[in-house]
Amino acid sequence: MIVPRKELSFWERMYLPTIWSGFKVTARHFVGKKVTMQYPEEKWTVPPGYRGAPYLVKDQEGRTKCVSCQLCEFVCPPKAIRITPPGPAAVAETGNVEKGPKEFDINMLRCIFCGYCQEVCPEEAIFLKQDYSLTGTNRKEMIFNKEKLLALGGTHQDGIQKWKNK
Amino acid sequence: MSATTTTDQKPAAPAVETITIKVDGKSIVVPKTTPDPITGKPVPTTMIQACAQINVDVPHYCYHPKLPVAGNCRMCLVEFGTPAMGPDRKPVMNEDGTPKIAKSPRPAIACATPISPGMEIYTNTAGVLDMRKGVLEFLLINHPLDCPICDQAGECKLQEYSVEHGQSTSRFVEEKVHKPKQVDLGPRIVLDDERCILCSRCVRFSKDIVGDDALGFVNRGSYNTLAAYPGKPFDNNYTLNTVDLCPVGALTSKDFRFQMRVWFLKETKSLCTSCGTGCNTVIGSREEKMLRYEPRQNDAVNSTWMCDYGRLNYKWINREDRLIRVLKKTSTGHETSNWNTAVKEISETLAKAPAGSVALIGSARQTNEELFLLSRLAKKFAAMTDSVPRTGSSDKLLLSADRNPNSTGAKLTGISPAEMGSNIPKIAAGISAGTIKTLIVFGEDVTKVGISAELLGRLQNLIVSDVLPNKTTALATWVLPGCAHVEKRGTFTNIKGRVQKFMKALEPRDDARPEWEFLHELVYNVTGQNGFVSMEGLFNEMTRSVPGFEGLIWSGLGDGGANAKI
Repeated sequence: MIVPRKELSFWERMYLPTIWSGFKVTARHFVGKKVTMQYPEEKWTVPPGYRGAPYLVKDQEGRTKCVSCQLCEFVCPPKAIRITPPGPAAVAETGNVEKGPKEFDINMLRCIFCGYCQEVCPEEAIFLKQDYSLTGTNRKEMIFNKEKLLALGGTHQDGIQKWKNK
Repeated sequence: MSATTTTDQKPAAPAVETITIKVDGKSIVVPKTTPDPITGKPVPTTMIQACAQINVDVPHYCYHPKLPVAGNCRMCLVEFGTPAMGPDRKPVMNEDGTPKIAKSPRPAIACATPISPGMEIYTNTAGVLDMRKGVLEFLLINHPLDCPICDQAGECKLQEYSVEHGQSTSRFVEEKVHKPKQVDLGPRIVLDDERCILCSRCVRFSKDIVGDDALGFVNRGSYNTLAAYPGKPFDNNYTLNTVDLCPVGALTSKDFRFQMRVWFLKETKSLCTSCGTGCNTVIGSREEKMLRYEPRQNDAVNSTWMCDYGRLNYKWINREDRLIRVLKKTSTGHETSNWNTAVKEISETLAKAPAGSVALIGSARQTNEELFLLSRLAKKFAAMTDSVPRTGSSDKLLLSADRNPNSTGAKLTGISPAEMGSNIPKIAAGISAGTIKTLIVFGEDVTKVGISAELLGRLQNLIVSDVLPNKTTALATWVLPGCAHVEKRGTFTNIKGRVQKFMKALEPRDDARPEWEFLHELVYNVTGQNGFVSMEGLFNEMTRSVPGFEGLIWSGLGDGGANAKI
């Protein structure tokens, strides 16, 4: 299909009125409120619901909420999550927690912050927190292990507390 | 073997009377009787068997084709009708001449209701779907819904039918009944009573198949609980089959407990190698690590069962000290070599060896094809050959006294004499007398069977292939790293002469190679014979050359195998 090109009028061919209206926009912002910030000295306040890096959380009594169901590992599109299940041997220090991950690694270089892991988690154990700028000096440092993820994730105010009464 | 009991060699069963019924409007002809799974006597065919014949799936929990019918889960309820009878005891006809069907006012459980001529079964009506929904709601009342930590999740019938027929929310507001959790039922089984739906499959299996009446239900009503006989562990050799049978996650394997979620497992058809029965199995593996065996149905061999001994005998495959490098003996020990050098130098050594100076010990754990290639080598040197017998206790169900998976193959290919192990003393004597200068050993530690380390030290060449290090590999001139059966393809011949193939589940580690691959090279270099560039070609070559395997072809083996002439 050929789109007929609109014939420009005299004033449009002159360009000057358009340039003038452009200058008006610039002038308005020149004196108005500033929208840029001095990153990284000045930090951005993350809005609620922002999808930052996924971290693991604990319940109020310090138990790891994750039960190693591996659904997040399964659903993760870039295969950033890797869980080592606990195996048959009972772990003494976990008390009445029947199952938890032996290791839980998230490769933050692979993670695309899509939030599928949070959405699929049946235990509300993983949340996309507000960290958006993760840096490291090597690749290994960017693979966050269970301890690091739990420390960053903090405590989740849990209404159910799965293991409390088991 | 003429006394073989595999089904396809039995004479054809006498003609069974058939009757015509309709399933969901489709007319089918089914035998009036079906053999009982336990006694084998003909019993009336049930609705669920008729439906299975045309692949109409009737959801069920307690019914299992290989177990006696219990009829307690009510999941297989269907509606049905039978031809209406008039007062004159004659069928009432519709206007168009078809028999009028009187629909039964009540549903029936498909697993225990025999079919009758002219019967119509409806598995998909609104009423049936409603009943399934109701049954599921009852089953889920006391179910803990701990799918995230349950090993059965992913292969759980309760999950599957809940998605298919259940409802998404629960109307139950009362407190659930709490039952024992993590009950140690025996050395290999953990029981979670809250998950149990009381289908009694495990009870019937233990009592009627194994003959160990160890399990039963205690308490009544909502508190009805599965338990083992007090003070007696549930420890017969078939306990892990109850884990497969359990439609939910009540019975779980201690070995596989919390190892891996099942949806990550790659499943490969394979065989159990722990005895001469050759049970058909499925290997579950993830990322080149074998995690479990499960039995695979083959009615000519193992029905749907396998023993715990065989099922748990896989850990050696994942061992860290597996042989993974080609090793050559030097004055100080072994040094790492490579396949090119090894095959070339071994071929040159063997080509110079005079007839009679070579002896060969194969293993009845090797495949038919590998043993066949070894027999080609042996023929060239007129070598004395043997393999190592292994025996243990047997039982009446599956476990065989012959603990080698391929004794029959070793005998058919001529590697083993009629009495396995009878040539080993002669080989030892030959080494001792100095007539045998080269010994080829595959997959066996000969120091355990009468050829001492001192005798092995007298040999000029000791060529050994194995998967794990042992005293023989420590003394070898050449160590050729081989593969476990899970890392290659091939066939085994079981004690009844059934040739069955197995598939490759894992990649060979590092430099390890399937034995047939390098044996084929060696045979070509030493004897000049070829003709087998692939497993299929090699198998077909073998069946042409070895009389016992005559007439078999690789593609004809299928998943269930075929019988050799023994």
